[in-house]
Formats: sequence, structure tokens, C-alpha cells
Amino acid sequence: MQRLIIALISGLIFGAGLVISEMTNPIKVQNFLDPLGNWDPSLAFVMGGAVAVTLVASRFIMKRKTPIIADRFYMAVQNTIDARLIFGAGVFGMGWGLSGYCPGPGLINTMINPTEAMLFLPALIVGGWIGQRYSA
Amino acid sequence: MFELWPSQPLLGGVLIGISAALLLAFNGRIAGISGILYNLLFNPLSSPERSWRLCFIIGLIGGGYLMLPVEFELRQDYPPILLIISGLAVGIGTRIGNGCTSGHGVCGIGLMAGRSIAATAIFMASGILTVTLLRNFSG
Repeated sequence: MQRLIIALISGLIFGAGLVISEMTNPIKVQNFLDPLGNWDPSLAFVMGGAVAVTLVASRFIMKRKTPIIADRFYMAVQNTIDARLIFGAGVFGMGWGLSGYCPGPGLINTMINPTEAMLFLPALIVGGWIGQRYSA
Repeated sequence: MFELWPSQPLLGGVLIGISAALLLAFNGRIAGISGILYNLLFNPLSSPERSWRLCFIIGLIGGGYLMLPVEFELRQDYPPILLIISGLAVGIGTRIGNGCTSGHGVCGIGLMAGRSIAATAIFMASGILTVTLLRNFSG
């Protein structure tokens, strides 16, 4: 039960952060990805702020043997940069640029711009399903 | 009220970082949105494994909804075909590359995972290339 409450609170803060930072505004995201054109660098502060927190916090958290209310840390085991990672990240970046949505803002967009979410989200799920079939 | 705040992107980013740190510290989990979503949709999970992911996604959408006084211009008449191709590519790419902006960009870099640093550099470069091409070579 405690773990569910933490997951809910974590989700709430994440969703709030995405909207406050305007990561849910696809025009702004596309402008961020357009350094040679109509560049809006402000979204660099989103990743900057987030990574500043996780870099410091992770250092303290990972000193613990276990998480505060769970039996272990659930991390990716592999840490190799392989063809799948390069291909996947490249295709993801292309999709991100084409609409300005990554998965989180895509989900929240059901509340903001349902007309676009109605097209983007089902396609995202079908894409994830296709990707799943090519995953071990 | 929010447009009076000096740096919304920074504040939002710090909140995202806090969210990820909270989930890692308490539950030992990575706040990677694509991974959480796909596990929920495609993998047979035990009830507790399903429940926390569902709670996170409900929280995510709810947290966004609570902040909706934040105003910005709503995009209209964006080509549907671009939204569909985009969704497919984001889905395929994040599943095969094992993560998106949150999992690789925020959590993975925070943990200094070489994989995540590489993935983030690649999807940023690919996103920039795509927008540049899209804006210069289409109507």
C-alpha cells in the first residue's frame, strides 16, 4: 500500500512538472529542437533541473543497500551501448521531432489536446507493441 | 498565476527530478514513463507489479491535469499523418531503445549510466535533425 502511494505521488509530481515546464507544449518542444531556426533554448533547463536533482539524489540513494520500503533496487542489468539502443534512440528522436511529443506529455495530452492525443496515443501503443515483438 | 514565475522550465525540471528521486529512494524503481507504460500494457504482471505502475500513470495524468491553469497556445490543424507516424516511431524507438526522455534522459543520466547518456545524445540529435528537415523541406 505504501509503495502504491509513493508511486501515485511520484506520478503526480512528474505530471505537474511536465506541465509547469511546458514540456507538454509541442510547439515549444519543436522550437527547442530547432537550433538553426526558431530556437527556444528554455527547455534545456527542464532536463538541466531534473538531472541536477537526480545526479545528487542518486548518489545518496545508491549508498543504501535497499530502498526505503522495497526489497531491492530494480535497475537495468546491462550497460552496453549496442545497435538496438542506437537504433531505438534514433527512431524515438525522429518521432519526438515529428510531433513534439514524448511518451509522458503524450499521455497528459489526453487532458490538453484530445484531438491530437486521439491520433498520437494509439499509434504510440501500436509502436510499442511492434517494438515489443522485436525485443528479447 | 504561473506565468509570473521566473523560470517555469527550471521549476518543472526540479519537480521531475524530485519525482524520480522519490520513486527510486522509496520503491527502488526507475521513473521511466515508456517502460512503465509498456510493462503495464504488454507484459503479464503480478498484481502488485501492475498496481504501482497503474498508480504512477494515473498520478502522471492527474498531476498534469491539476496544473492545467498553465496556459499556452493550443496547436490546431497539425497534419494527422505526422501525429500517427510520430506515435509509431516514439513507440517503436522507446521500446527497442529501452527508454525515453524520462528513463534515459532524467533517471539514467542521474545514475551516470553510459547507455543512457548515449541514448540521450542520440535522440536529441535525431530530434533536432528531424525538426530542422521538417521545417525547411515541407510546406
